[in-house]
Amino acid sequence: MADDVRTAGDAASVEEERWRSPLWEGLRAYGLIVAMWMRSTMTYRASFAMTAFGNFAVTAFDFIAILMMFSHVDRLGGYSLPEVAFLYGAAGASFGLADLAMGSTDRLGRRIRDGTLDTLLVRPAPVLVQVAADRFALRRLGRITQGLLVLGYALATVDIAWTPVKVAMIPMMILSGAVIFSAVFVAGAAFQFWAQDAAEVQNSFTYGGTTLLQYPPTVFAKDLVRGVTFVVPLAFVNWLPALYVMDRDDPLGLPDWVAFLPPLVAAGFCAVAGLAWRAGLRGYRSTGS
Amino acid sequence: MRLYAAVAAGGFRRYATYRTATAAGVFTNTVFGFIGAYTYIALWEQRPDLGGYDLSQALTYVWLGQALLMTCAMMGGGFEDELMERIRTGDVAIDLYRPVDLQLWWMASDLGRAGFHLLGRGIVPMALGALAFDLALPTRPTVWLAFLFSVFLGVVVSFAVRYLVALSAFWLLDGAGVGQIAFLAGLFFSGMLLPLTLFPGALGEIARALPWSSLLQVPADVFLERHTGWGLLGAFAFQAGWAAALLALGRLLQTVATRRVVVQGG
Amino acid sequence: MDGDSEGFIELDGIEKVFDVRRRAGLLRRERHQVRAVDGLSFRVARGEMVGYIGPNGAGKSTTIKMLTGILTPSAGRLRVAGIDPQRERTRLARRIGVVFGQRTTLWWDLPLIDSYRLVHRMYRIPDKRYQENLDRCVELLELGELLDVPVRQLSLGQRMRGDIAAALLHDPEVLYLDEPTIGLDVISKARVREFLRDLNAERRTTVLLTTHDLTDIEQLCQRVMVIDHGRLVYDGALTGLHEVGESERTLVVDLERELPPVELAGARVVKVEGPRQWLAFPASASAAPLVARIAAEYPLVDLSVREPDIESVIARMLSRRQIPEPAGPTPL
Repeated sequence: MADDVRTAGDAASVEEERWRSPLWEGLRAYGLIVAMWMRSTMTYRASFAMTAFGNFAVTAFDFIAILMMFSHVDRLGGYSLPEVAFLYGAAGASFGLADLAMGSTDRLGRRIRDGTLDTLLVRPAPVLVQVAADRFALRRLGRITQGLLVLGYALATVDIAWTPVKVAMIPMMILSGAVIFSAVFVAGAAFQFWAQDAAEVQNSFTYGGTTLLQYPPTVFAKDLVRGVTFVVPLAFVNWLPALYVMDRDDPLGLPDWVAFLPPLVAAGFCAVAGLAWRAGLRGYRSTGS
Repeated sequence: MRLYAAVAAGGFRRYATYRTATAAGVFTNTVFGFIGAYTYIALWEQRPDLGGYDLSQALTYVWLGQALLMTCAMMGGGFEDELMERIRTGDVAIDLYRPVDLQLWWMASDLGRAGFHLLGRGIVPMALGALAFDLALPTRPTVWLAFLFSVFLGVVVSFAVRYLVALSAFWLLDGAGVGQIAFLAGLFFSGMLLPLTLFPGALGEIARALPWSSLLQVPADVFLERHTGWGLLGAFAFQAGWAAALLALGRLLQTVATRRVVVQGG
Repeated sequence: MDGDSEGFIELDGIEKVFDVRRRAGLLRRERHQVRAVDGLSFRVARGEMVGYIGPNGAGKSTTIKMLTGILTPSAGRLRVAGIDPQRERTRLARRIGVVFGQRTTLWWDLPLIDSYRLVHRMYRIPDKRYQENLDRCVELLELGELLDVPVRQLSLGQRMRGDIAAALLHDPEVLYLDEPTIGLDVISKARVREFLRDLNAERRTTVLLTTHDLTDIEQLCQRVMVIDHGRLVYDGALTGLHEVGESERTLVVDLERELPPVELAGARVVKVEGPRQWLAFPASASAAPLVARIAAEYPLVDLSVREPDIESVIARMLSRRQIPEPAGPTPL
């Protein structure tokens, strides 16, 4: 191409951009945008402190409700308070991480409606990354903190015969859970390509999901447990691995080894959510709405 | 009066246009209703008369909470952001000079909103709950009427609180803090988390005396026929008392704020 | 056109059909197909500056969205700088600049310079290049004192200049401008136009702009494309468009006192209001001889020239042409 403006250096950087892995590029763009939002947030410090506290408090309420329940009963669905706290803390920490990383995807419908999604499509970064990093809200650390505190309390009080495998299960469970919830966020966002006003459906699976997982599976009807095991694999966030750690039987009678599946389930669910996202974006680009 | 009826109708229509959002909201209410119902079953299996409710009353309480969550705006929302924005930008000065009452205007609009939310977000989750679980539904029409009246008073109390929150923007540059506290208080003290009769000791007594109990706890108890005869009148008086006190406080603040706007030259 | 068959922007038979669902009755919904763009073909050579105009809803923004990779065409072939926007959106993004007139891409709460630093890193602009481009934009768009000001505190004109700079830091080969001067004051408008002219002359940046302001086109574009109902109805020089549309400019003259209508060959009085008179003359004619003659023959106090607005030019042109039935919504 006859080109008198671009220099040899530019040509080299064009070559360079070909072999860069898309994953790395995406993470880099995510980091860049997140840094901008964090600085924006810090221009309103008082507001940030207030909302971070609110984020912490509102999640703490759920646990206070559980504490109040246990002031009336010793067991809930056959589980003691430390055991429920273990489930609660694990679900809360996983969800908090996913919410921090991907929670902003629930604004996709709004962006489509006001037309600002288009401005993201003309930038050299994956749209999903830009949507996820949009309005990155550090206040969501409040939720993670609260989840980890409850998890800490649970680990200190729950009666578990610890083995190295069980110890390793804890970080594996939290991280895989966060990835599963992230995939839920992405799938929910993809759904908003079709129904722009339906952010609440996403909430049912994200906020609703974490509320569900805070309680023992024995509390719920078998069909519901089957649904969140085989259809939307939320049970792999904390129930199945945590039941293994606590030496408890799964109400569906699944074998022990399913407790080790969360990383695989997370990967598979990510692939499904990614496909849904791609289909949604393709639909948007062909219909413009 | 006709003007405020029109404003209320406008508030109703404004929310009625978002059909997908309403359907999605109903879905969410239903999901949370199911989760709540199962945890209550586990709880009441252990303690069949906890908080003075039997199991089917407890389940009814869960679904009433979902049905009234939006109607009584227990988590805030509705109009505060809009009014705060008008206060911040100074547009409220125009409102104050119009021949309509600011507080009544916004209340009419919020009642319209609540009316839509009761129909659009309340009935379907309640019906689905009644299909899936054995709920304690009143058989006498008078109880239903009393319930609706109690919900109406609950909406007014909720409005009065949120109006105070919005007016805080006259004094505070950033209203996020006050809004946040009101949101947390509404969630905690309305009985949305757990029936207030389950709150321990003094905390329970305080919670039941605070205005937020008018949003869910009192209407639910009317529905479950725990307030009858003079007790029912007492419940209404409790709600109406808080409504009157908070509306009066709002009016007072509004007067002070108006003077402030006038002094500042609008 | 310079007869450039190797177009830098190439469209061949581009179509864009939208499915529109409309509520018809309580539950029934009717589906309609709307052809927003209907068989559009054109070429733009590198370094051209083209005005892309048409009535609202004619398919302008749909075309721009396809050119930038936001929307995918329903049919046809599309290339920008040899890239298929649909398949290689991010690669294309590095080579184009887009300015959306009404919505800023700058960071609201942060100083202007921060938005540029993000562009620097996101587009991986070599440091030296970035600094050169930034310096140039700062100088020509007079942004020097604004760099440390949070964007929310900028005026509309300042923000637009800031947005244009942000779209140019990565040396885009094509710049799409959507209403770049809308809502700006006269001085800002002039500054923006001058900058775009220089950019086009020095860097050979290809510019495609949509606008409602005929002066934008007059001062910037050698070539104008008019789109209506998704089809190209005119492609050529602006002067040609004026003739096609037989549009008229208006000379507003303020005389010393009330006088009978001015009599002047080549212009006709359309309105008299006290000492002020409005004279219409063909837009393609020069105003200078008219002004000279009025000044010589009448007691002239003040005068101004009003440009025909773009809508009336297009409207007149469209009404003159026998265009086929518009491709409106057709029920399925």
